[in-house]
Amino acid sequence: MEVPERPLLAATFEELAMPLFDQLYNFARWLTQDTAEAEDLVQETYTKALRGFSSFQAGTNFRAWMYRILRNSFLSSRTGLKTMVAIDGGADENLLPAESTTPESILIARADRGMVQQALTALPVPFREILLLCEVEEMSYQEIAETLAIPIGTVMSRLFRARKALRDLLRKQSGGGRDGV
Amino acid sequence: MGCEQWTDKLDAYVDGELDPAESRVVGEHMRTCQPCASDALERVQMKRAVQIAGKRYTASAEFRHRIAMSLAAKSSASEPRRRFSFWQILAAPALALLIISLATNFYMGRENARRRRVYSELADLHVAALASATPVDVISSDRHTVKPWFQGKIPFSFNLPELQGSQFTLLGGRVTYFAQTPGAHLIYQLRKHEISVFIFQDRAFESRGEEAADLPGGLAHALSFNVENWSQNGLRYFVVGDVSADDIQALSKLLRDAG
Repeated sequence: MEVPERPLLAATFEELAMPLFDQLYNFARWLTQDTAEAEDLVQETYTKALRGFSSFQAGTNFRAWMYRILRNSFLSSRTGLKTMVAIDGGADENLLPAESTTPESILIARADRGMVQQALTALPVPFREILLLCEVEEMSYQEIAETLAIPIGTVMSRLFRARKALRDLLRKQSGGGRDGV
Repeated sequence: MGCEQWTDKLDAYVDGELDPAESRVVGEHMRTCQPCASDALERVQMKRAVQIAGKRYTASAEFRHRIAMSLAAKSSASEPRRRFSFWQILAAPALALLIISLATNFYMGRENARRRRVYSELADLHVAALASATPVDVISSDRHTVKPWFQGKIPFSFNLPELQGSQFTLLGGRVTYFAQTPGAHLIYQLRKHEISVFIFQDRAFESRGEEAADLPGGLAHALSFNVENWSQNGLRYFVVGDVSADDIQALSKLLRDAG
């Protein structure tokens, strides 16, 4: 019979980790784009985190730690390996030039929830995830840096590019005819 | 526009990432600069739109329950669940295995249930003693005081280990009853944790056909306690505590060597 080593720590783990369940699932579902895969990912995250909890440094950011485990698990999954592409440096050329004259405010006003969701889905994973961490999880740059294991400078530049890419997609959706929604 | 120096800061501004001084400067600039103000407003709107759109998926109640259970069980059985396909289960060898494993599970299940009943009762004794105003009736860290105290109170004698050089301290003992059988209940301390050691006669269980009679020995995990039990010289030992399995085993070894 296998026995967990630290029942007391485990109780604390449960108290810390369970409140993150909904957010982690939402994030996993956005990453994987599939219900079963998202469930596997969340389950794997909790299993790994529970096992590694003793190595978690008290006083450091637990939420960022959990998200990092989830994301690393995703990256090593089959879907993750396929979807994650290098974004930093050079990817800008692929983005649409902001040629449209539609003022942003009108663009956003026109963009309903469904459109934004569609645009988020269409974004490359590195852009999608950083937007979710920043806007939905309301993480600080520091937390995002910890979660993604990148420097803060990279957080800022990637966030900038992700927002630009999202705006361009929305502009294309609203200006470029009825392709979708 | 001549506002590039500001535009670069607008993202950090709306993300609340500028330090207070910088943030105030940007705020003041926007009061006098219409384009920058509407730019910032658009960024806030976009943030808000993504926030609303991003809260999209909710896990099923069943899945939430599964995770909560696996955490509550804290078992290392919380390995990722394998998904069996329909055809795998239909395959004849798998089916044969399934039947065998069901039978085994049924037997193991009964064993476990029995074990759990015994352990939960001991865990209750452990918790009840600690919660009581007088957890121990003989208060002494000296085994030569505690051991004789039990004479005449319980129908057997036992040896207690020398704790010199170990991390454990003996707090004392009390007489306890399990299934109408008197036994010794010793309380040890390790760091801030109390550990209970129960000693009963094996014979007492047998004659009453009690459940613990042929209880498998070994380490187990019950109700967030680790429990070790073994039989030695006609006595049945149980070590119960909320410390790690390693600590329980360390104390068990000391007792075994002494007994």
